[in-house]
Amino acid sequence: MPYLDHAATTPMLPEAIAALSAALGELGNASSLHGSGRRARRRVEESREQLASALGARPSEIVFTAGGTEADNLAVKGIYWARRDADPRRRRIVASSIEHHAVMDAVDWLVTHEGAEVSWLPVDEHGTIAPGALRAVLAEDPDSVALVTVMWANNEVGTVAPVAELAAVAHEFGVPLHTDAVQAVGALPVDFAACGADALTMTGHKLGGAYGAGALLLRRDVDCVPLLHGGGQERDVRSGTLDVPGAVGLAAATSLAVERRSRLAPRIAVLRDSLVRGMRETVPDVILNGHPTQRLPGIAHLSFPGCEGDSLLMLLDARGIECSTGSACSAGVAQPSHVLIAMGASTAQARGSLRFSLGHTSTAEDVSAVLDAIGPVVERARRAGLTSVVS
Amino acid sequence: MIASGAPLKVLAAMSGGVDSAVAAARAVDAGHDVTGVHLALSAAPQTLRHGARGCCTLEDANDARRAADVLGIPFYIWDLAERFRADVIDDFVSEYAAGRTPNPCLRCNEKIKFSAVLDRALALGFDAVVTGHHARLDAGRLRRSVDMDKDQSYVLAVLTARQLAHAQFPLGDSTKTQVRAEAAARGLAVAGKPDSHDVCFIPDGDTRGFLERQLGEREGPIVDADSGAVVGSHRGSFGFTVGQRRGLHLERPSPGGQPRYVLSIAPKTNTVVVGRGDLLDADEVIADRPLWTSGIAPTDAFDCAVQLRAHGMVSPATVRVSAHDVVARLHHPQRGVAPGQALVMYDGDVVLGSATIAAARRADVRA
Repeated sequence: MPYLDHAATTPMLPEAIAALSAALGELGNASSLHGSGRRARRRVEESREQLASALGARPSEIVFTAGGTEADNLAVKGIYWARRDADPRRRRIVASSIEHHAVMDAVDWLVTHEGAEVSWLPVDEHGTIAPGALRAVLAEDPDSVALVTVMWANNEVGTVAPVAELAAVAHEFGVPLHTDAVQAVGALPVDFAACGADALTMTGHKLGGAYGAGALLLRRDVDCVPLLHGGGQERDVRSGTLDVPGAVGLAAATSLAVERRSRLAPRIAVLRDSLVRGMRETVPDVILNGHPTQRLPGIAHLSFPGCEGDSLLMLLDARGIECSTGSACSAGVAQPSHVLIAMGASTAQARGSLRFSLGHTSTAEDVSAVLDAIGPVVERARRAGLTSVVS
Repeated sequence: MIASGAPLKVLAAMSGGVDSAVAAARAVDAGHDVTGVHLALSAAPQTLRHGARGCCTLEDANDARRAADVLGIPFYIWDLAERFRADVIDDFVSEYAAGRTPNPCLRCNEKIKFSAVLDRALALGFDAVVTGHHARLDAGRLRRSVDMDKDQSYVLAVLTARQLAHAQFPLGDSTKTQVRAEAAARGLAVAGKPDSHDVCFIPDGDTRGFLERQLGEREGPIVDADSGAVVGSHRGSFGFTVGQRRGLHLERPSPGGQPRYVLSIAPKTNTVVVGRGDLLDADEVIADRPLWTSGIAPTDAFDCAVQLRAHGMVSPATVRVSAHDVVARLHHPQRGVAPGQALVMYDGDVVLGSATIAAARRADVRA
């Protein structure tokens, strides 16, 4: 079955399943002082070292979490609280306008409940954040800023942000920067130390690991107030009995994904390019969204004028082809993507879009299956028109 | 026309209630290729709450999804909130503002389920839309359900022959009790879910409060029809229905102590006229926008049974048809015929057509 939704989640690597399964059979609370505890702790620490080494970080900078959303919330809220507590003037969060909801909604929550203010950084028509725009916002009143958060690679359109440049700008003003790198790790070279970010979110299930295991990479000199209070695990930043198998599986998957990236990414990019090329031949008015070069290898985000993304998805699904409308769901209802709207697209264009995302199991056959189906599917969806929009 | 027995590609509209779940199940059993769709009609779905009084809560969407899982059919949510707002809610508000009493379920069937949804379904390659309405479709004729208490032919009587040709109502031959028992036997968790009664977009049931929020309060007089005296005040004439007795809060009792009813509503002067119940008796109903289920308008006057509101009594009548309206002469006067409601004409249990009530009067006191 052609699965073109790897950005939602990608099949687990067999090696990660093996590592995780083996660890599930082992006894031990990593905080216990006896033999089993020490063995569990050893597996956690080896995983921490393995993960750190794959991502250019120090082991002590890894905070294991239950996935990307938790890591984003911990970074945004935790750093905001710590910085504000240190200096009450620091109430402003500077965030890009194309963040994932895990960041965007955490920021909104701080605005509603914690008296935070937010500056949403604009993006251009490709979804790129200009370092100059960040500098302009920070220069206005740097003392009021608690943190900057910008996503490394956008989950919908795949545009890659100049994270190192943005981090350098933030540091000119002494402001820490968090980056959500959930889509970037395994697809792009990600080096925590080299990129200059102070905090970085990653998760396992986007790169061949299991659900529910991720990490926040957090520099030692960045204070972060915990979301979860308890036993004081993970530098007192993230309490909770350590998920030993989760850490083992995450480290196994991440180190393999990072190791294989330099061969896999170009192969996926070739498939993606053939998908886009074929799409343009079959549907001449299709629009490719995102940056033409600074983008993830596996994502092709396309707008089909006159179609509802919902209709396209349903018709492809009926043919066994799985993709995404690429936008967040509320009660299963696709809202027009805030990312495309921020990039200047109309509501109709935003609603008439599909995200095809390729990954480590993608093949040329997957691409041809989509290209074989898309002509009649678009024709039919066009006939159905834009039902949800009142003309 | 849909040939019976031939497997079709059908779209089952699944509200999250028991009826639409069983209807979808029966479509599956009939061998059709069924896809379930939940219509999201509210732009801001409520968070989980208990009971089911609306048709567009998150809980309802989840119930519909779980029913689709049990039936093993694909399931999607279609966002029709904007269309619903424009075609049903705005229409509801403006009808009340004009002194009429609309039926939003009927409007939703006409404009959403068998228009926006059906059109989209047909364009996407489906042959028909399946719903859990209690009504029968019999060789293109729309008939009442065998369960008179649950019969919904009244709110479907606005459908054209073309719309009915692409509709399936698998529940028309069953009673509600049978439907619930079947749902339980099929392992559908919604088997015991309470029926929805209220207007789905007014979950608290307070229609007047809803209209006040939409239209703003406008204080005006309540006038007695006999004496012309002001006997009370109201916060907006839109909050009333002809024939209404409760909630008038009159300051002065009637001379004879008899109850008073809303006789008419004058939105231009924001006046509500009240009076004796017998003044509500009407034997002639004028209704416009006639629609004939067969697609063919009768040329001669004919006798039939008319129903003048949902769950209302039927009365024998003689109907005359003109170009733009129908005039039904009721053989026995009816009380409280409200403009805006549908006049639905039946031959026995077969729907002949419908029209929107514009006025009702006593033929012998015609002005």
